[in-house]
Amino acid sequence: MEDLSRLLNDKPFLESIMERLMLARKFEDEVFSLFKRGRLHGTTHLCVGEEATGVGSIFALKPQDCVLSTHRGHGQALAKGIPVDVMMAEMLGKESGSNRGRGGSMHISDPSINAFGVGGVIGASCPIACGIALSFKLRGENDRVAVVFFGDGSSNEGAVHEAMNLAAAWSLPVLFICTDNGYGMSTPLAKAVNDVDLTKRGYPFGIMSTEVDGNDVLAVYRTVRAARARVTGEGKPAFIVEHTYRTSGHSKSDRNLYRTEAEISDWQSNNPVARFTRVMLENGFSESDIDAIDARTSREIAEALAYAESCPEPAATPRELEAEAYCDPADNGECQCVR
Amino acid sequence: MREITYAEAVREAMCEEMRRDENVFFMGEDIGAYNGAFGVSEGMIEEFGAARVRETPISETAFVGAGVGAALMGMRPIVELMFSDFISVCLDQIINQAAKLRFMFGGTVSVPMVLRAAAGGGTGAAAQHSQSLESLYTNVPGLKVVVPSTPYDAKGLLKSAIRDNNTVIFLEQKKLYRIKGETPEEEYLIPLGLADVKTEGDDVTLISYGRTVQMCLDAADNLISEGVSAEVLDIRSLVPLDTSSVVKSVLKTGRAVIVHESVEFSGFGAEIAARIADSEAFFSLKAPIKRVGAYYCPIPFSPELEKSVFPTRARIEAAVRETMKTLHEE
Repeated sequence: MEDLSRLLNDKPFLESIMERLMLARKFEDEVFSLFKRGRLHGTTHLCVGEEATGVGSIFALKPQDCVLSTHRGHGQALAKGIPVDVMMAEMLGKESGSNRGRGGSMHISDPSINAFGVGGVIGASCPIACGIALSFKLRGENDRVAVVFFGDGSSNEGAVHEAMNLAAAWSLPVLFICTDNGYGMSTPLAKAVNDVDLTKRGYPFGIMSTEVDGNDVLAVYRTVRAARARVTGEGKPAFIVEHTYRTSGHSKSDRNLYRTEAEISDWQSNNPVARFTRVMLENGFSESDIDAIDARTSREIAEALAYAESCPEPAATPRELEAEAYCDPADNGECQCVR
Repeated sequence: MREITYAEAVREAMCEEMRRDENVFFMGEDIGAYNGAFGVSEGMIEEFGAARVRETPISETAFVGAGVGAALMGMRPIVELMFSDFISVCLDQIINQAAKLRFMFGGTVSVPMVLRAAAGGGTGAAAQHSQSLESLYTNVPGLKVVVPSTPYDAKGLLKSAIRDNNTVIFLEQKKLYRIKGETPEEEYLIPLGLADVKTEGDDVTLISYGRTVQMCLDAADNLISEGVSAEVLDIRSLVPLDTSSVVKSVLKTGRAVIVHESVEFSGFGAEIAARIADSEAFFSLKAPIKRVGAYYCPIPFSPELEKSVFPTRARIEAAVRETMKTLHEE
């Protein structure tokens, strides 16, 4: 595993991690504030408290790796490199958004940088990741991995089990990452399963499984980096359970009726941004260094919001939307749909 | 011209496209040594090897989803579902993923996958292995749906489906796999979305697809002796639908009988009937539009019971006579 002291001496690396953690946190805070003020449409699933899982994991990957995120995927999308302004424009449903306002919070994607979307049907991305990995294998792209995130709640979906079996049976370069935040919406893991040790889910398929403190961004980074090396080296899938906690609600409708204030505040003090701040302060950064990152990221969010608000609404007509569901409308006559 | 079976036509289409484009590969259950449950893939694993003719675990969600993922990366998977009824266990990958990813992602991806499945009844396979579920897919924007009725169409349409950049549900007719038909050896393609006038007529249009096209042709033959001239139109693809050919024919004949093997109630025939009623052909109608489909029950096992629920030539002829009767009463 990657030498920790080497990482702790790499100041630009630590700074870039902090920047992404803070961006993810501030993005969610801004989105929540917009919702509270009735300025956002639809719903959203915030990842406040889980930032280290997305950031630590994706920093350990290579740009050519394909990432498939969960429905709670803003932090994962930001870590993969989708620009904040384009994400904010998508949140506001604008034409300039990552998905041209067609997808919204639950589907933010940018395939040009191998960000294959935040997915709305939990667990369903796992078989798709297998197919992406299969294309790498068939084309001999040996230094590429398909990385799929799913939650503890999704871990009971058949699609996840079927995908693990296929990835193992076909020796596909898939890295399965379970972000275990303790709850599937409001249902605690212990109520949903007989055995809360989710690493065991990899065992029957012969998939190397490991777990990590998901609120320790460097531990996540080192674990994923090691797993990625194993996946590409052996051409086999791997599975990591990252234990974390969502201090924000499940979605905007969450009134936290299923957990206590004390539990939430315990985890708030253990949140990944605060923890990594302590790490930085212990490793050569000053309070004012941290403040500078804080100010920079706040400014970035404010600018992204201003940009998103200034962008025009999409203007596609219903007829044009019908055509958008299909490729190459010119191929077979007019619109490919029913007309 | 050379005659080959419907199953051979499907195989030829796959093999030709796999030779032509290395991105095309084939996945499904028991498609190797067993040659697929209906013998369609005979010889393919020998020619293309196990990497491109991939035998899957019995795990439809995994391998249909893998088809979606591979297609996202520019591969062109042909995925075989042994029985189209099994689509129920992997429907999320088709309805929520394959059909929607392009749209949801703002047009940045495509899912060029062909999902081939053996559909339809008449084989004594009972309720879970005999259905014609095409209406499930036609109601989902983002999918194309093709149902070939002859070896010639099966080959030409499948080649187009493989080259199409969208997800195409290709519903082969179990009962037709062994029928033979003229199929040229040289390459040809049939575009998706073009209906085929099988026989011309003046009094009534029989609109159909899949296994019931031949029943319509037989009925049309039989009706000649009663002085009825029936036109038979095989729509071949449900999405995209060649509405204009349907309308044009009904404008000429003034009568329409829609025939399909799937359940009549809420079946695709309802959409065709609505398209006619919604068009200028409405004013030329001399009789109410009739539909002939399967009765609204699961497909029974007993051969006699099974036959009784599907359309038959006799039921089609009776429907035609109904439409003709209306004219005589005028």
